[in-house]
Amino acid sequence: MPESGAGTTAHAGERRSQNGADPRQRPAGSLERPSLLRRLFGEVQSRLTADLDDRDPDFIRENLSLSWLIASIWFRGEVRGMEKIPEQGPVLLVGNHSGGNITPDTIVFTLAFNTYFGVERPFYQLAHNLVLTSPVGPYLRRFGTVAASHENARKALDADAAVLVYPGGDWEVNRPTWQGNRIDFGGRRGFIKLALEADVPIVPVVSVGGQETAIFLTHGERLAKLLRLDKLLRLKTLPVNLSLPWILNIGDFLGHLPLPAKITVQVMDPIDLRERYGPDPDQDRIYEDVTSMMQDQLTELASERQLPVIG
Amino acid sequence: MRIEKKVTVDAPRHLVWDYVTEPANYCVFMEGLTRWDVEGDRHRGLGARYRMLLRVGAADVGGLIEVVEWQPESDMAWSSVTGVDQRGRWRLRVLPDGRTRVTFRFAYGVAGGGLSGMIAERVASRPLSHRFQQMLLSIKRTVESQRESAAVG
Repeated sequence: MPESGAGTTAHAGERRSQNGADPRQRPAGSLERPSLLRRLFGEVQSRLTADLDDRDPDFIRENLSLSWLIASIWFRGEVRGMEKIPEQGPVLLVGNHSGGNITPDTIVFTLAFNTYFGVERPFYQLAHNLVLTSPVGPYLRRFGTVAASHENARKALDADAAVLVYPGGDWEVNRPTWQGNRIDFGGRRGFIKLALEADVPIVPVVSVGGQETAIFLTHGERLAKLLRLDKLLRLKTLPVNLSLPWILNIGDFLGHLPLPAKITVQVMDPIDLRERYGPDPDQDRIYEDVTSMMQDQLTELASERQLPVIG
Repeated sequence: MRIEKKVTVDAPRHLVWDYVTEPANYCVFMEGLTRWDVEGDRHRGLGARYRMLLRVGAADVGGLIEVVEWQPESDMAWSSVTGVDQRGRWRLRVLPDGRTRVTFRFAYGVAGGGLSGMIAERVASRPLSHRFQQMLLSIKRTVESQRESAAVG
């Protein structure tokens, strides 16, 4: 589930027709059928607009068993430090992201959050537009996944929810396997602006192992630019990896069968940005500090691993 | 899924009862328990509530539980309010030789059921069963040691 930094996307939900009407709604009394293109556009719009009510605690509860099996048996997930997350109130969880389009860190951490705090605590995850518009989009929305945008994240935080953001998003998940133990947000600082605006603490969440679920070869930036994917689909990369069952997997659009790498997640201490950096903090300094802290943590987690995949 | 474990403790029943109904002891005698916190004003007894979390596989599972049966020195049962569906019970019985028979029952179910639910229940049962067995042995050791200390004192 590649997810991208808050504040990096145009909010598709704001695109309405000139008279302000929702393009999915037909005018009253109209006998005209909306064109296929118009209906498709409306569907895409609806999936990218966060309706916090789409999150369904009962549905999550009834599906935790599958997540638990995947996280426990396949990825042998281990989450440490959940008690560091504030017990209540809004919080921005900032994670590093790995594993191409199948991101085990999200599966393991989302399960841990829902079982630790209970499905009653509102918890949203920001995801790339492509994830929400894919066939699994409606399923993920019920789990609390919303399209990554500043507006959606703000809406969730204002509703006192916990929000999980992966600033590195589609860039970081596709970093080469030999850079697997590197925090790489690609300079995306949207999460800092978001935390300051909403006045919420951030809690870094560092995971290791996800980049061992396939052999990631390259981001494929040049290829993505050449094919204009950055303009058309907001994709800055066209990653190439070696994975099952495709062997050579270009784009990872259909996902892949991840290798059963052990995933370890460490939750770090919360950071109140204004308390630590003053009332008008330097966002560049915060970015450097947060990514350095996360890098130190990731290096420590990586040093615990004896073997690739096995952990 | 229901797990039942038994142990005989060479100590009077009230000692065992005091030990297993004291919330502060749970994280000591139950391996993998990461939380057993009193919620609300009632420390123990009927209606007492605890927030408990037990590490099973990749997650801490549990939730809010409430004591629904309380017969002093005999039976204590709890049931889940939120989180994983569960019901636990302590049953203490005096044997003719004065020792105490301790039975611990733990029943749990995965919400929604389905194939994954059935598999998850079965996969979790093995480590839980082992842990509960160890828990009873730990209780036996501690309470018998308390009894010996009391006898010496």
